[in-house]
Amino acid sequence: MSITKAISFTLNGQATRIEVPVDMDALTMIRDVLKLTGTKLGCGEGECGACTILVDGTAVNSCLMFAVDCDGRELTTIEGLATPAGRSVLQRAFVEHGAVQCGFCTPGLVMQGTYLLRQNPGLTVADIRRGIEGNLCRCTGYQKVIEAIAAAVHEIEKGDRA
Amino acid sequence: MTVIPKETLIGRRIPKLDAPAKTTGETRYINDLALPGMLHGKILRTDRVHARIVRIDTSAARALPGVHAVITAADTPGVPLGHGRDNPPLKGDRVRTIRDEIAAVAADTEAIAAEALRLIRVEYEDLPAVFSVHEALRPGAPVLHDRHPDNIPFTFDYSHGDLAAGEQASDVVIEDTFKLHYVTHCCMGVSGVIATFDTTGQLTIYSQTQIPFLYKRDIAPVIGVPPDRIRVIQPPLGGGFGSKLDIYPFEPICVFLARVTQRPVRILFTREEEFIASPTRQPVEFTLRSGVKKDGTLMFRDARTLHDNGGYTSWGATTPFVMMQTISSLYRVPHCRYHTTVVYTNNPYAGSFRGYGNLQATFAVESHMDRLAEAVGMDPLALRLKNAQAPGETTPQGMHFITCGLRDCLQTAAERSDFVKKHATNRAGQTGPIRRGIGIASLVHVGGGANIYRTDGCGTILKLDDFAQATVLTGASEIGQGSETVIAQFVAEELGLPLTSIQVVNNDTEITPWDVGVHASRTTFIAGNSALRAARKARTKLLAAAGQQLGADPATLDLRGGHVVDATSGEARLEIGKLIRSLHFAGKHEVVMTTEYYEPPSVMQDREFKGNVSATYAFGTQAIELEVDTETGVVRIQKVTAAHDVGRVINRLGIEGQIEGGVVMGIGYATTEDLMVSEGRVLNPCFRDYKLVTAPEVPEIDTTFLETLDPHGPAGAKGVGEAPAIPTAVAIANALYNATGVRFRELPFTPEKVLRRLREAAEGKP
Ligand code: FES
Ligand code: FES
Repeated sequence: MSITKAISFTLNGQATRIEVPVDMDALTMIRDVLKLTGTKLGCGEGECGACTILVDGTAVNSCLMFAVDCDGRELTTIEGLATPAGRSVLQRAFVEHGAVQCGFCTPGLVMQGTYLLRQNPGLTVADIRRGIEGNLCRCTGYQKVIEAIAAAVHEIEKGDRA
Repeated sequence: MTVIPKETLIGRRIPKLDAPAKTTGETRYINDLALPGMLHGKILRTDRVHARIVRIDTSAARALPGVHAVITAADTPGVPLGHGRDNPPLKGDRVRTIRDEIAAVAADTEAIAAEALRLIRVEYEDLPAVFSVHEALRPGAPVLHDRHPDNIPFTFDYSHGDLAAGEQASDVVIEDTFKLHYVTHCCMGVSGVIATFDTTGQLTIYSQTQIPFLYKRDIAPVIGVPPDRIRVIQPPLGGGFGSKLDIYPFEPICVFLARVTQRPVRILFTREEEFIASPTRQPVEFTLRSGVKKDGTLMFRDARTLHDNGGYTSWGATTPFVMMQTISSLYRVPHCRYHTTVVYTNNPYAGSFRGYGNLQATFAVESHMDRLAEAVGMDPLALRLKNAQAPGETTPQGMHFITCGLRDCLQTAAERSDFVKKHATNRAGQTGPIRRGIGIASLVHVGGGANIYRTDGCGTILKLDDFAQATVLTGASEIGQGSETVIAQFVAEELGLPLTSIQVVNNDTEITPWDVGVHASRTTFIAGNSALRAARKARTKLLAAAGQQLGADPATLDLRGGHVVDATSGEARLEIGKLIRSLHFAGKHEVVMTTEYYEPPSVMQDREFKGNVSATYAFGTQAIELEVDTETGVVRIQKVTAAHDVGRVINRLGIEGQIEGGVVMGIGYATTEDLMVSEGRVLNPCFRDYKLVTAPEVPEIDTTFLETLDPHGPAGAKGVGEAPAIPTAVAIANALYNATGVRFRELPFTPEKVLRRLREAAEGKP
């Protein structure tokens, strides 16, 4: 049995305490231990972006992060974006603009997009393209994903929150 | 009085019905499913390319705590699977490729299963191996399957006209050999399966298959469970693209593990496994000889292709079916011959992949159209227009083009990209390291199914509940392409209901009626027609009942906005829900439920591969502009101008996504993707080394839809799922020629390969 460590962090706004093996990655903790399966495993090697989450507001490939390093941090996964008022501006934009086909890359892209919008609400199309470079999508050819994020920029300019 | 105007959903931008749940993480893919008591299965694959298995010792693995079962071929019926029935799920005596499955473990966790695999000892006796089709065809070459001592499991022959006469009548004859490489699907969701038996022996397979009904038939003998005891449930797919059209060994292996453990078992691939052990696109060596008269009339085509079949036979071997259609019928060609030899080697094996051989065939044909044009001094557009098919033609292969937008596609793509002028200007000579090029290429592909199973049909059951909620049970699977939404549109349109009133159920063989499967760009056309007809039957019934109640001629009534309305004035007369309730609770006490089995007007081809295999055909043209840096070999795609004959646009948002995704997949095939196989081994089984196109590299894509309104299509539509990926690579090859004056005959156009070819050309190799 591997050595475990007790950690605590905020997950989607909720205080969470958990004991995890020290060699476990954050993605496995989120998916297999905490049973939040919205965050996807596409490669496990930091090369596809399907596992993107926010850690203290920064987009991170959770497959590359140790679970124990979540201690004391604030984590947001795809399940934490919608509010009681509904899906976020970006989540709605993904639907409206056809950015979703098989959808397997979608949670990662939505998280990355959310990060980009929060960093810089005035994002240009060139910023968007560069900003999602680490997220692979096999279905859409990215065009509609870019349009969706650009549309969210527009909505936010009109006063909605990212 | 409430007036409801006539509105149509056809052609609008409809967000996919399954999209909201995919943006919130609620959608549960096979990767996300866990059944109570579920064990985790893992497969031991060989590390030898060709060897006899002397002994497998699983005792240490069995003894590991947490391991519930370890199986080898000895524990299975040993019935081979796959299109060629030459691939036993677990190999007992011999391995032929590095992916070969030799043992499997079911354990409490994936980690324990992986540890158990490390404890299995296998003793081999290496056999001589063969890694190229040419070596494999030599007399005395190592034989892979005793049934085929010549290493040739299949050949394909097609011909029409008189080749010698065609050659004689030609003023110019050219011949080239093209080499098309290995690429793989790279579905973002890796392969996986869950199998579980209930106490009565009923088997449920949670499968990613694209062919749920044929799957039952095909897997039954391999696992020794009768098909009527198998239920296939299809959770949402993390990408298909043809990769799930055959059965692959991991699926029966999972069933074997579930049987011995009497527990649900899940097998999920790692990404590395996905690269090594899932099918590829068919690699081909394609030799084409073509002739043309001085005036640009195409006279003959003679194609010979060599297919590296790898160690076993999956659908890749049958891609000649589609290849020969492009050879014989994209352009008018009076004399034609096509021959394929499929050859076993100790390399990975190919399956079906979006386009099904047509990327390769179109690469050869459209490279030649450019070369022939140059040889007779015509511009590439003019030569193509001169030989392009037109509506109403039946090609010598028997394909009947009732509608055919090829000429319009050519002209539209050329005009919108200013092709003729740019092509001539670029060619006139450029200096400096960065060269600009523009290239054009077209395609034909089945657009109304492909009749290869005696039936090419799809069933629908449609029921309306008493609040006018329609449930459509369709045999056709959603694989991300958006068929569910299109089917809902057709039904909503016929029944005058909002889209929110339509539920599509498409993922359980115990509930849904039979369908061939998601392949051959057939779902919108076949399943769409099926749903449309089922909805028309329900509509007829509703209107008849309404007519009776209202004392009106049903022909004067229409269904709109959830109401029966007067067709002329739009005046709402009766709520549809109320009408249905009145049928339940009064009169004859009946439900509104209809069924349909739609069979398209196509035929199976005869032994000579002749016959109208599809109810309609999709056409398209892409013009591609690029820059190539002749010092670094880097190719930058700048703009794609696509014009596609889609019959009719049903969901504009969805079809744009299909075109864009297909084009980018085509760009990847041409410029970034390369599954490197050396001596049977995959050298780059990860995304770091196998490059998919990323967002910054995506060019501007200008798409025009040509609506030819196919008389058999649902609302006039054709299938277009595969079409956009087909002509992209060769349009890029043609643009590279336009930029550099060098003909590129080998994919991919990665910087190293482009540089090498430019150097070679500078040294005089044409
Ligand atoms: S799963 Fe983490 S980057 Fe691919
Ligand atoms: S939508 Fe399928 S991978 Fe992006």
